[in-house]
Order: sequence, then structure tokens, then C-alpha cells
Amino acid sequence: MSSAHFRYLLRLGDTSLIVGQRLGEWVGHGPALEEDLGLANLSLDLIGQARLLLTYAGELEGKGCDEDQLAYLRDGVDFCNVALAEQPNGDFACTVVRQLLIDAWQLELYEQLQHSSDRRLAAIAAKALKETQYHFRYSASWTVRLGDGTTESHGRVQSALDDLWRFTAELFTADDVDQEMAARGIGPQLDALRPKWLARIDAVLEEATLKRPADAPYPWHGKSGRHTEHLGYLLAEMQFLQRAYPGAQW
Amino acid sequence: MNAAAAVATPEFTAQVAVTAVERAILQSLERVMDPEIPVLSVVDLGIVRHVRETANDNIEVGVSPTYSGCPATEVIRVSIARALRSAGYPQARIVEVLSPPWSSDWITQAGREKLRRYGIAPPVSQSSVACPRCGSIETQRVSEFGSTPCKAHYQCVSCAEPFDYFKCI
Repeated sequence: MSSAHFRYLLRLGDTSLIVGQRLGEWVGHGPALEEDLGLANLSLDLIGQARLLLTYAGELEGKGCDEDQLAYLRDGVDFCNVALAEQPNGDFACTVVRQLLIDAWQLELYEQLQHSSDRRLAAIAAKALKETQYHFRYSASWTVRLGDGTTESHGRVQSALDDLWRFTAELFTADDVDQEMAARGIGPQLDALRPKWLARIDAVLEEATLKRPADAPYPWHGKSGRHTEHLGYLLAEMQFLQRAYPGAQW
Repeated sequence: MNAAAAVATPEFTAQVAVTAVERAILQSLERVMDPEIPVLSVVDLGIVRHVRETANDNIEVGVSPTYSGCPATEVIRVSIARALRSAGYPQARIVEVLSPPWSSDWITQAGREKLRRYGIAPPVSQSSVACPRCGSIETQRVSEFGSTPCKAHYQCVSCAEPFDYFKCI
């Protein structure tokens, strides 16, 4: 087992898990019943994908950790999700923009990963890709509806975009792990995903009458365990039960 | 997808289970119902991918999840294990088949008719979804996400019936 391979799966799994947990926070608080259900559905898909990825990561690591132990018993510095995933829900516009940026990225990523030399990862990606197409339709249509909506909704979605754009550089910045995976045909070249991602995002922003913000000069490093202050609070809630009652089961 | 189109036919069912024992097991799985849509069996749903006699009289049953996060997946697995035990195959092994990913195209013709009679519009490739109550195609989508991951929420314009539509995936 290569530790890069294990870390790579953790990154993919953690990103889905953390953004799935964030979306789950909306349950019971959605702006309308349909959106409450929609966000919960997205959350379920993402947590399901995380489960497949983390189960595989645990088996590859070979230390007997299952997906639950990986999700509930690691500390913040050991989480490898991209920093964008952990950003707070904010208002509905903020959640929609975070989802749009991640959905478009996962579309490009899974599109490539379904041809991975790692057959099991390829199978997970092919399955996740179909679900992500629904997610992107949801986040893109809401971005357009809010952006091309009222002055208030336009302002909120533009401000969310201005705030979250700086986290997107990390999605396309490869480090040693990403490079090793690309060299072995397991993962794609991350920077090569950006033009298609950008074209997808630009098309939505244009229809939504939104302006794409300037690129940030440097990327975040959530996937190396350097997170924003928001992750700790999220984990405190997500992990509480297993920390307080170790081994508790339904 | 070719495989997708093939599953709904008797020919493909013949590939899922080849020997007499395998076919008998597949038949017993026709009584295992989806917990959320109790009129639909796991065989109707197209998630039973193979029933295979392996070495030492062992049996392997390949099952695909519908949506990655579908909470029914676990219940279905337990129900299949129970059905296999009561059919006399306690040693049978259930394996998860991810590739190729399950498609709503794999729901059998019989399964589609059962869905419709239950009040859920079966998945269709064209854009017009027919109301399961009055058959009108004057329907509108209320939300792409419904009460479970596999369903969208629709309403019939002709008879005003709100209904679930089984999404294409």
C-alpha cells in the first residue's frame, strides 16, 4: 500500500463527507420544504459516496479502520478535505455557491476518475458521477435564479461568490500526493481540470448575471490538514456521539 | 446503454441466474421487497446482478446499490440475507457490485407497471411524465428531489394529483 494512495482516497472521501455534513445542517431549516428535501438528498448522496471512499481507504491502510472510525475518530489536522468544503453554510445563497463550485469540480474529477487505473475507484467515480449531475443541475439552477433574481438575491449570491472564490485555487493545485497519483494513472492532472471547470462555471455565472471574482494569489491547503477555523466546530458536532460514547451503535 | 436495455428482458434474467439452483434462488428473491416501495421486489428493481453457484456448494449473490447514500441499502441487504437463509442457503455470500453502476433503466417492465399502479410514475427517457392516476402527460415538476433519493416530486395539471416520479439515473 502506498501512503499517497491512501491519502488520496481520504481527500476524496473527506471532501464529500464534510460538504455532506454541512448540507445536513440545513435539515429542518431550509427556506422551503422542497429545498429542505433537496439539500438533504444531496447530503445523503455525498455521505454515501464518502462511505464508499473511506471504506476503501480504511482497507487500503490495513490498520483495521472502517469508514465510521475514519469519520468519527480522527482529529481536524488528520482531515484531508479541501477547505472550500468546510466553509459555513451562511445564507442559502452562500450554500448554493459553495455547492456550485464543488459540484462543477466533482463533475470534472469523477469524469476523469471513472477511467482510473484503480478499478475500484473508477467504479465509485462512475456511480458518483451520475449523482453529481443532479447536484450540479440543482446548484446551477439556483445560482441563476438568485443571481438573475431580485437586487437582494443578486447581491447575496455575488457576495458569496466573492467570499468563496479564494478557496477554489486549492482544487486545481497539485502537491506530491496528487502528482504521484497522476503519474500512476490513478488520478487526473489537477490543473488540467481547470479550463473545463471554469467554462462550466462561467456559463452559469453569465446566465446568472454574476461577475467572476479575481483569482487568489495562493491556494489553501485543506487537503494537507491545514484547515480554516470552521472545521473544528463542524467536527465537534459530527463526532460528539462517538467521542462521548465510544463504539455506540444504532 | 446496451446492458441496461438487456436487463429488463427475460434473456437477461437468464444471465443473472443460469443453473436451476440459481434460478430457484432468484425466484425466492422476488419476494424481497424494497422497504420504501413495498410493491417492488429487489428483482423488479434490477439490483440483483448475479446469483452464482461457486466452489464447495457456496452461493454468491451480487447486489448493486441504487443511490450511494440510499438509507434502504442496508435494510435490503439484511432482507436478502434473511431470504437466502430461509430458502436454505445460510452460507450464501452477498457482494456489492458497483460497476457498471445501477441504472433506473434496469427496472423490469413488470416493475414499472407495479410502480404506476402504486402511484409512482415510472422512469421515462422523454421529458413528459405521465400522471399515474389519470394518465395525462400535462404534468409539472415541483422539485427534482422528493421523499427519497430516487424520486422527484411532480403534480398533474389535469387532475391536480401530486405524485412521486422515479428519477432516471
